[in-house]
Amino acid sequence: MSEQDVVTQVPDLTSRFPEQVVKDTRQGYEGYIVQPDFLLEFARTMRDEDGYDYLSSVTGVDYLPEGKLEVVYHVYKTIGDKGLVFKVQLPRDNSIVTSLVSIYPGAEFQEREAYDLLGIRFENHPDLRRILMWEGFAGYPLRKDWKEPFYEEDFKPFKTRWPQGKIVRAEDGTPFKDNVEYPSDFDPENWVSESESKLYESLKVIQQESDGMKTDRIIVNLGPQHPSTHGVFRMVAVVEGETIVELKPVFGYLHRNHEKIGERNTFLQNIPFTDRLDYISSMSNNFGYVLAVEKLMNIKPPDRAEYLRVMMAELTRISSHVMAIGFLLNDLGAYFTPALYALEERELILDIFEAVSGSRMMCNYMRFGGVVRDLPEGVLEKVNELVFDRLPRKIDELDRYLTENEIVRNRCEGVGVLTPEQAIALSCAGPMLRASGVPYDVRRAEPYSIYDQLDFDVAIGIHGDVYDRYLVRIEEIRQSLKILQQVVKQIPDGPIMTGKPAYQVRVPAGEAYGRVEGPKGELGYYVISNGKPNPWRYHVRAPSFINLTSLAPMCRGEKIADAIVVLGAIDIVLGEVDR
Amino acid sequence: MSDDGLNSTGLVVPAEIRQQVTLTTLDRIYNWSRRNSVWPMMFGLACCAIEMICTAAARYDFARFGMEVMRPSPRQADVMIVSGTVTKKMIPQIVRLYNQMAEPKYVIAMGACASGGGPFKEGYNVVAGVDKFVPVDVYIPGCPPTPQALLFGLITLQKKIDKESLKTVRWYSKEPVLDIPIPVLGPDLMDPRKYEAIKEYNAAQAEQAIAIEQLDQTPPLNQA
Repeated sequence: MSEQDVVTQVPDLTSRFPEQVVKDTRQGYEGYIVQPDFLLEFARTMRDEDGYDYLSSVTGVDYLPEGKLEVVYHVYKTIGDKGLVFKVQLPRDNSIVTSLVSIYPGAEFQEREAYDLLGIRFENHPDLRRILMWEGFAGYPLRKDWKEPFYEEDFKPFKTRWPQGKIVRAEDGTPFKDNVEYPSDFDPENWVSESESKLYESLKVIQQESDGMKTDRIIVNLGPQHPSTHGVFRMVAVVEGETIVELKPVFGYLHRNHEKIGERNTFLQNIPFTDRLDYISSMSNNFGYVLAVEKLMNIKPPDRAEYLRVMMAELTRISSHVMAIGFLLNDLGAYFTPALYALEERELILDIFEAVSGSRMMCNYMRFGGVVRDLPEGVLEKVNELVFDRLPRKIDELDRYLTENEIVRNRCEGVGVLTPEQAIALSCAGPMLRASGVPYDVRRAEPYSIYDQLDFDVAIGIHGDVYDRYLVRIEEIRQSLKILQQVVKQIPDGPIMTGKPAYQVRVPAGEAYGRVEGPKGELGYYVISNGKPNPWRYHVRAPSFINLTSLAPMCRGEKIADAIVVLGAIDIVLGEVDR
Repeated sequence: MSDDGLNSTGLVVPAEIRQQVTLTTLDRIYNWSRRNSVWPMMFGLACCAIEMICTAAARYDFARFGMEVMRPSPRQADVMIVSGTVTKKMIPQIVRLYNQMAEPKYVIAMGACASGGGPFKEGYNVVAGVDKFVPVDVYIPGCPPTPQALLFGLITLQKKIDKESLKTVRWYSKEPVLDIPIPVLGPDLMDPRKYEAIKEYNAAQAEQAIAIEQLDQTPPLNQA
């Protein structure tokens, strides 16, 4: 048995826990089904004894025909290995399960999301409130029997869109000519909204006694309309003087129902929607989704397509990181000048995207089994010029201007520190995790596509502060350039697609979790197919969203001005946070 | 100062003082000065906001049209560029921001989502177009619109400003300009202007439910 085999051996859990754990034997499924009352114990054993210390994703699936809800956990080892999937099955009408926040603190927001959208209650969760929708919203939208006001049919393509060539607007079929519906016995005038009061209740530390003097703490709301929250993000901070005592992020201001719409779409129709998740790095989003579906379909793209995909994904990483750096400086007060430098380089990369895909931002470039079109004439030369000449020069320039800048160092060093243990426990991903000194990169830990043939280093930091996150991003740009230089030299000729391009793909029943190392971190797609043209469940493990779990621990005790910098260094994109 | 824009009252200015004197109407000078300093609100919602930033950056540079002063405060802004998907959770804030803007104020719906819901229209948390709540002056199609398209939209807004007259503009009329009622997040989004309709509909539904119940209870006629 080689060393590789030893590492990748999945433990035989059914013989270890014969009573409580069974193997998932459904066609196309993997992992184990754990008894609900054994879950906590099981997770603790997996973390402490088997080394699955990194919780990647928690989500729920509504199996309406079988009448049950399932909570799915994906855990990994940060030393790199194949993952482990375990599930808990619950009845639909009374779905209560133990919260795993005590074992994996990174589950906090993900469990809240499952509660919000599927109505799964997590016992002993520290703060179980709705997260994406507001408190008081009627129904659990991701349940299969819940229908939105503009409901037409269960699955696309809809037959009713143009009956007899007559266009019917979605508004026409609803009572209020709008996207709303209300419970039948509902009185709008006596409605009391409780979402804000519940939020403030959850910040239990508003008053305090010290030295016999009663001092009031002040609540500061930042956002949703605030120039440094990178979109419509909101955080509520309790401050004492200038110091943050407690902080709660509030989500959902850009929740556009990606998953519900994704479950009505066909598999192919979801690709353009993934573009709009993390709208700064659409190519990476495409990549993760097509990998997940390709796993289900069991196909592999031809060589040239793999190279094209990696080329686009790495260009995306560069454009995303330069932008992150530019806007971090924005948050530091260097208003817009560094961002202008960053955007200048980004425009050059966007030109390449526009040449290959026709759109600057929403590329919609990858397909199952390949990419949609080959490089047009002259683009490879452009990429060549960029990665060998222009970008290395410009990154050095950025580095020279910023890295040793006194103000940058003063504001960033020692701010928002995460220890490696904390970073792993809070399920941080990407530059956040690596800046804390954990050399975990999906491209290395579980190589996909052609990353195992490419030579690059995983950039890591030591201190886990904002400054190291900045340094990691600079270094990652350099590594991306190194990858791109190899890709440009080695890219083979040949077809760009396996099989014929098809509007409707045949996806066998089963589940798949495809993940890539996106610019923001580990981007995962959990896709369940039941053999029909539409996914039964389509869940996105969004790195920005889960990285925000660490925002409150990082900000406690810092000054309020530093909260902005800490947030800037997480590098969130709201499209992905709220989906 | 271009002659055709301002100095076209039909009166002849002698050539020797043309450098110093210009004749114009109050409407023209008023619109001319306003059209060239339309300050957008620094307010991004979603994907389109990134294209808006690109438009502000060096390559497209909307400072050329007097719009570079992006103000984070609605009190200092003239135009609200609704750049992205408007969600039900966000619309109360958007309406509030609109109410807080000082007159004269304009709204640009940038992109498919802000104009009509776009690809996310069917979503349960999505408002199908910001114009359901605030009046929109210019719609810009695209998903997202390119910076060129946004620039074209802004120029279109300038043209609209050119056509205004002090006699007819909203903010000098005698009637007070009322605030738009702020929507409430209930079991679903509630527009205070529609409370009556909601109540009426629910009452009608309840009546219908009772009628159906009674219909079920009465024995079929042909049995008698």
